[in-house]
Amino acid sequence: MFYREAGIFKTSYAADQALFRIPLDRLFVIGVVVAAIVVVPLISNEYWLGSIMIPVLILSIAALGLNILTGYCGQVSLGTGAFMAAGAYMAYKIATNFTWMPIPLVIVLGGLCAASIGLAFGLPSLRIKGFYLAVTTLAAQFFLLWLFQKVPWFVNNSASGVPTAPPRSVFGELVTGAEATPEARYLFVLAFTVVLAVIAGNLVRGRIGRTWMAIRDMDIAAELIGIRPLHTKLSAFAISSFYCGVSGALWSFCYINTVESSAFDIFRSFMILFMVIVGGLGSVLGSFLGAFFIFLLPIALNNVVTTFGLPIATETISHIEFMAFGGLIVFFLIVEPHGLARLWQIAKEKLRLWPFPY
Amino acid sequence: MAEAENVRAEPSAQTRVFGEPVLTLENIELGFGGVKAIDNVSFEVRKGEVLAIIGPNGAGKSSMLNCINGFYKPQSGSITFKGRKLPGMDPHFAAANGVARTFQNIALFRGMSTLDNLMTGRVLKMNRNFLWQALYWGPAQREEIEHRAYVEKVIDFLEIQAIRRTPVGRLPYGLQKRVELGRALAMEPEILLLDEPMAGMNVEEKQDMSRFVLEVNEEFGTTIVLIEHDMGVVMDISDRVVVLDYGRKIADGTPDEVRANQHVIDAYLGVAHD
Repeated sequence: MFYREAGIFKTSYAADQALFRIPLDRLFVIGVVVAAIVVVPLISNEYWLGSIMIPVLILSIAALGLNILTGYCGQVSLGTGAFMAAGAYMAYKIATNFTWMPIPLVIVLGGLCAASIGLAFGLPSLRIKGFYLAVTTLAAQFFLLWLFQKVPWFVNNSASGVPTAPPRSVFGELVTGAEATPEARYLFVLAFTVVLAVIAGNLVRGRIGRTWMAIRDMDIAAELIGIRPLHTKLSAFAISSFYCGVSGALWSFCYINTVESSAFDIFRSFMILFMVIVGGLGSVLGSFLGAFFIFLLPIALNNVVTTFGLPIATETISHIEFMAFGGLIVFFLIVEPHGLARLWQIAKEKLRLWPFPY
Repeated sequence: MAEAENVRAEPSAQTRVFGEPVLTLENIELGFGGVKAIDNVSFEVRKGEVLAIIGPNGAGKSSMLNCINGFYKPQSGSITFKGRKLPGMDPHFAAANGVARTFQNIALFRGMSTLDNLMTGRVLKMNRNFLWQALYWGPAQREEIEHRAYVEKVIDFLEIQAIRRTPVGRLPYGLQKRVELGRALAMEPEILLLDEPMAGMNVEEKQDMSRFVLEVNEEFGTTIVLIEHDMGVVMDISDRVVVLDYGRKIADGTPDEVRANQHVIDAYLGVAHD
């Protein structure tokens, strides 16, 4: 009816290569972003903003990063948590050593530090593939967390080993640390999310994205076309780690307000991997869908139980959560490896023809 | 162009004259463990010709192509290309200097659309840096548009407009072969290596493919090296034929010479051992 893909004609390649080729898609996305900026802070209470929207957006950034590496470039990584930790710790070091530095720059620099670490751990990818590469990234996960825990330099010799994130402001408004209002932190995180999502969209539709996908789909053919496998894989590792690093820095500065390695353990890595698998490998939209789905599912389960007043113990709920998680992962791996994003696409295709079968 | 086609129709295509060799292979030897895949083979590829490499299964034809574009490094021998005499080609050097190829079993990027597959062929010609690409604005966008325009020409040439946005994994075999040719053409190759471009095709598809190969050769002056098992096609479209058997070169000449060569007949039909 209103949404249609047919009858939209392009007269220039620029229009045909746009990020959203269908005008209604573009309007819809702009609408979502505007709603996220204006409506969400108005209607949400402190709990929704501070404990749901902020972490979900931050995890979306990490999922985007992992999707670039795993979904687009085909390199499996279990080190997401470690790269997030690298971003968080380095951003903390930079923020405390250069107190004059504006906080967005601090976060970006934290991301860049994570990128250079990711680059180093991406080096084995030239020789190893698949499971074996996953194991080497697992080494990154354990080694980096161990390093951040054991070397007091990273936390400025703080006695507890868990320093609080320094308060910093943008345009005179506190955006990090425990004193900042949830609205300010939310908008700060949202700004990063939108910019990084647009950049990811641009990268994957351009030259660099095509080289990633070429390596993922057929590395030999890609090499014979002149794509350098090492450059390509390392660029994916670096950019992916940058996203993870920014996400980790935001996690520490805007969500948990402390810099601690337990926030970035192996479970975090798995959680983000699940987001990418459930959301859709090789899809920017899928990263968001997956992040929202995986993060909101336990909360939804909890709410169902409390609203219906079901007599279930809290431990049982958390066990059901785990089972539902496992079941979903298996379901998606078997039924729809391309995840929610693909289901969305199929739904659109079906609706386009509805009520006719084809 | 009509004239050229007439010349081709003649059984003896002696009238087509070719320039200097663009690629010279000398004493190429390649072995895998105890197996000699290529045994002291030398030949040259001349500018603008259609050269066919034929031979029974396992004769070393695909290995030969793999040596030419640098996927395999020969153990000895040399390849002279672009005035450089190399012990073996480097894939990146070959690709950057206009050697493109297709594969025996299709090696397309299955998850990408036809358009993206062809655009990937332009990778080496695009050089905007990462930051511009992240913005997708200004020079990066101009570059994308410029290369898109070229890719669209290839799409028109191969008549695959309708499948532009289809992921290639969903295409039927014949079209995949055509897209793969398109990806190679998008590289604007000087030398096009085709590994069994007509394998598994029906007559119409073979005719289409032959037409594309000849048109590429005539319109863009691209030198073509192809491996093919359909002797009818080989004898019709090639200017020169190199015959390999058990890794050795047993004949090299025009289709007519090769057809009459006793070694070739023996290799294909077998020879009585008494």
